Amino acid sequence: MSEIKLACAVVEQVEAICDKHRNDPGELINILHECQHLHGYLPEDMQRVIARKLNIPVSKVYGVVTFYTFFTMTPRGKYPISVCMGTACYVRGAEKLLEEFKRVLGIEVGETTPDGKFSLDCLRCVGACGLAPVVMIGDKVYGRLMPVEVKKILDELE
Amino acid sequence: MEKKEITLQIDRHTVSVPEGTMILEAARKVGINIPTLCHINLEGTCIKSSPASCRICVVEVEGRKNLAPACATRCTEGMVVKTSTLRVMNARKVIAELILSDHPNDCLTCPKSGNCELQALALRFNVREMPYAGGELSLRKKEVTASIVRNMDKCIFCRRCESVCNEVQTVGALGAVRRGFNTTIAPAFDKKLSESECTYCGQCVAVCPVGALTERDHTNRLLEDLEDPDKVVLVQTAPAVRVALGEAFGMEPGTIVTGKMVTALRELGFNYVFDTDFAADLTIMEEGAEVLDRLSRFLEGDKTVALPILTSCCPAWVNFFEHYFPDMLNIPSTARSPQQMFGSIAKSYWAEKMGIPREKLVVVSIMPCLAKKYECDREEFKVDGNPDVDYSISTRELATLIKRANIDFEGLPDSEFDMPLGASTGAGVIFGASGGVMEAALRSVYEIYTGKTLEKVDLETVRGMDGFRKATVDLNGFELKVGIAHGLGNARKLLEEIRRHECEYHVIEIMACPGGCIGGGGQPLHHGRAEVLKARAEAIYREDEGKPIRKSHENPYIQQLYEECLGKPLSERAHHLLHTHYFNKSN
Repeated sequence: MSEIKLACAVVEQVEAICDKHRNDPGELINILHECQHLHGYLPEDMQRVIARKLNIPVSKVYGVVTFYTFFTMTPRGKYPISVCMGTACYVRGAEKLLEEFKRVLGIEVGETTPDGKFSLDCLRCVGACGLAPVVMIGDKVYGRLMPVEVKKILDELE
Repeated sequence: MEKKEITLQIDRHTVSVPEGTMILEAARKVGINIPTLCHINLEGTCIKSSPASCRICVVEVEGRKNLAPACATRCTEGMVVKTSTLRVMNARKVIAELILSDHPNDCLTCPKSGNCELQALALRFNVREMPYAGGELSLRKKEVTASIVRNMDKCIFCRRCESVCNEVQTVGALGAVRRGFNTTIAPAFDKKLSESECTYCGQCVAVCPVGALTERDHTNRLLEDLEDPDKVVLVQTAPAVRVALGEAFGMEPGTIVTGKMVTALRELGFNYVFDTDFAADLTIMEEGAEVLDRLSRFLEGDKTVALPILTSCCPAWVNFFEHYFPDMLNIPSTARSPQQMFGSIAKSYWAEKMGIPREKLVVVSIMPCLAKKYECDREEFKVDGNPDVDYSISTRELATLIKRANIDFEGLPDSEFDMPLGASTGAGVIFGASGGVMEAALRSVYEIYTGKTLEKVDLETVRGMDGFRKATVDLNGFELKVGIAHGLGNARKLLEEIRRHECEYHVIEIMACPGGCIGGGGQPLHHGRAEVLKARAEAIYREDEGKPIRKSHENPYIQQLYEECLGKPLSERAHHLLHTHYFNKSN
């Protein structure tokens, strides 16, 4: 990742997020949340900027980023896919659904397709258990999804 | 304000302790030694880590359902604690067995065997089988750097190294990464230690309870060199080694074994046994001259003089400012460390005098330090690729060698270093303790600057274990302000003050390790006992007191070296052989 240099504008935005949280090391998780929301992922250079602003070792930032599965250092796809693996979804076949996404896209969980279009992740419960199994693609929720429908949905997304 | 006293019951004892005391400390007060693994507290120094992560120290507290970790549970009034019930003992044993369930258990070939805290606990808890099997750590990463070997499949996640590296040394090279069986302790972005900010201070190695962090071992290489008839192998020994080596042979901490060490080195087959203390005296000549030069220019009104001047003997400290303070590379003294000064003189002046070609000569150093191993490898200390010091072995490695060579260390007679590079003064010896370089420098600077004889050689104000100490010395009416810091966290605070132009000192000594070199990463392990470091420091000053000459500039062989080779301190030849420059290593 180190070869990716952050654009100056992004650095400024990251610094502004840190400033907003008073550069308080106790706010690290909130800062990482906002930075990931801003940029889609948390590249090495961004973690270095955050470490410098909060005056903490970058190893500490990296430790937190790798501890929580929510944080990612891989750029997300244009359409980030999240398969819910919460209890309700799981018992109603979420795992088979996930396998189908993996098969069709040819990627593993946490990865992004080479064209940058799709990325695949799991999450735990979006609070729509009545619609289980649930998949989110971007902000859109797909409920009661069956493996046979996966290919069609993906083909429709441009 | 006096802290409130609290009285509690621990096993059969009634104990009174100040409010805020943990059960662990209260128990130790009455001689109950509750076992610990992750906890370390080197009292009087900055080395401390108590994350309460291992749970080995659990005890029963009356009225509490769950067992409580003694290291992190505060005593309360009337508390009743039981430290050795069957329930507690079984719990501790199960915890040890669980830790062992994903540990390699290759004790027979582990470099830490015999010195491993986990091994000692397994023995103490009477663990006789491995009842648990299952998941294992997935990242069995091994890395060999110039100084430190990381063997991460042996890591038990006590987090001592992380605390020392981040909170104590503020280096920030090591941290916990990922979770569950994928956890490891690593530099940011899983980079190699050699590509991180690591200074090789070795304090992570000094506190690692198991074999996850150890030193780069050069003992086999040394044995081969000693057997090689075409090589002339000479050795230099750092001051802190002679007050700690005895511990490896069961002697009391603080036992001075200089004479036995010299005999042992001869028996091992070294052709010449010399002393780094000689080079320490030489360091004082050069660094002292630099202090005097910068000071006199400053007093003449030259505002461009870089002050304070910082010592540069400690290679971990040099690495630290190269990484973190690249804007201030002009402030430290340019004098090389004693190890490197020794190598440079041995392979030039001495080799020429003896008619030994450089390539036949092997210079080995015995050091209390792991950063010295890295320092030997630095390109600027090589001549046509041939290093001034070929390699450095630690106090621990020397002890291993002596044992391998069937030498009965305790029964050895004393003998003397070879001359001329084994001649040293008391000032050279005290380099081994925090404050020693400053005291040695002051002994010479005072006499050279004022032209007067220093009546009281012992400058007690600069001695001790406080993280930062200061003193003022009267130089013919000029108040010279000196500071001493040990531990890189303390050094960082000082450097930041200097950066903000808030620093009032003229000369500052900095050592990376707690207590200075006596607490180095290559020393026999202290296992958290602060009294070991104290005893070593006291021994250093006893050794100094026993020396007939105690000021570096009075060392007759140093005077001879200047007459025959160097001319005077800071001469062109001295600069070429004894000084260095620094690099920006920030990223």
